[in-house]
Amino acid sequence: MFTVTVHHYLVVSAILFSLGTIGVLTRRNAIVIFMCVELMLNGVNLSFIALSHFLGNMDGQIFVFFVMTVAAAEAAVGLALMIAFFRNKESIDVEDFNLLKW
Amino acid sequence: MELLFFYLVALVAVLSGFLVITCKSPINSAISLVMTFFCLAIFYVMLHAPFMAAIQIMVYAGAIIVLIIFVIMLLNLGTAEKARTTHSLAWGSVVGALMMLLAMTFIKGGDTTSVQGEITNEMVAQVGHTELIGQAMFTNFLLPFEIASILLLVAIVGAVVLTKREV
Repeated sequence: MFTVTVHHYLVVSAILFSLGTIGVLTRRNAIVIFMCVELMLNGVNLSFIALSHFLGNMDGQIFVFFVMTVAAAEAAVGLALMIAFFRNKESIDVEDFNLLKW
Repeated sequence: MELLFFYLVALVAVLSGFLVITCKSPINSAISLVMTFFCLAIFYVMLHAPFMAAIQIMVYAGAIIVLIIFVIMLLNLGTAEKARTTHSLAWGSVVGALMMLLAMTFIKGGDTTSVQGEITNEMVAQVGHTELIGQAMFTNFLLPFEIASILLLVAIVGAVVLTKREV
């Protein structure tokens, strides 16, 4: 009864993912939105590793490895985009991101 | 005891995750995010995945957050952002809460007891977690591994090109 089950970890990961979603939808600073995306990725990573441990399968942890790779690439390109945008508009408020708006 | 520790770490993780989305200053959000990453690393250790905990701290807390803080300081974003309207705030929260409800429903209805793979805790302790990851990565996942290296190369080139002053 008093052991940590896979459901505990999945609930924490669902909460973290939802917090990230709320952040992406409600914040306006592009860097904070970016951090909320990282939070969502980490929520998914937690459920991957929890399931990998409780199912006795290594594949979930390899997936987490690739998620981290993509997150690192995303950080590099995303922050470069923000610097390039800030150089043009002097702001990283997403309300000002309207260059491609139709 | 383990459950108590789990609840403590989970509480810190969720609280710092909440601070990430509520802090006015982006720097405070970044620090809270580091706290969340450390809590997740503790979870990974509890799940007998020490290698994942190590790269969680090295890659996320060590590299990505440092990059984010570096950019925040470079852009000098000290001023608080204009808050969104309460309208959009409410809608965002509603969508997030609905998503959490949906996930909880799936978790409650899900069952993971019937499937069991070959990796056990004793095996991880005996062979070593890093060795197991390496075996899986360089046999079954060799092609994705190579693709990931190309992705990183493209990201390096893209970041350099994007930040050039004139293209």
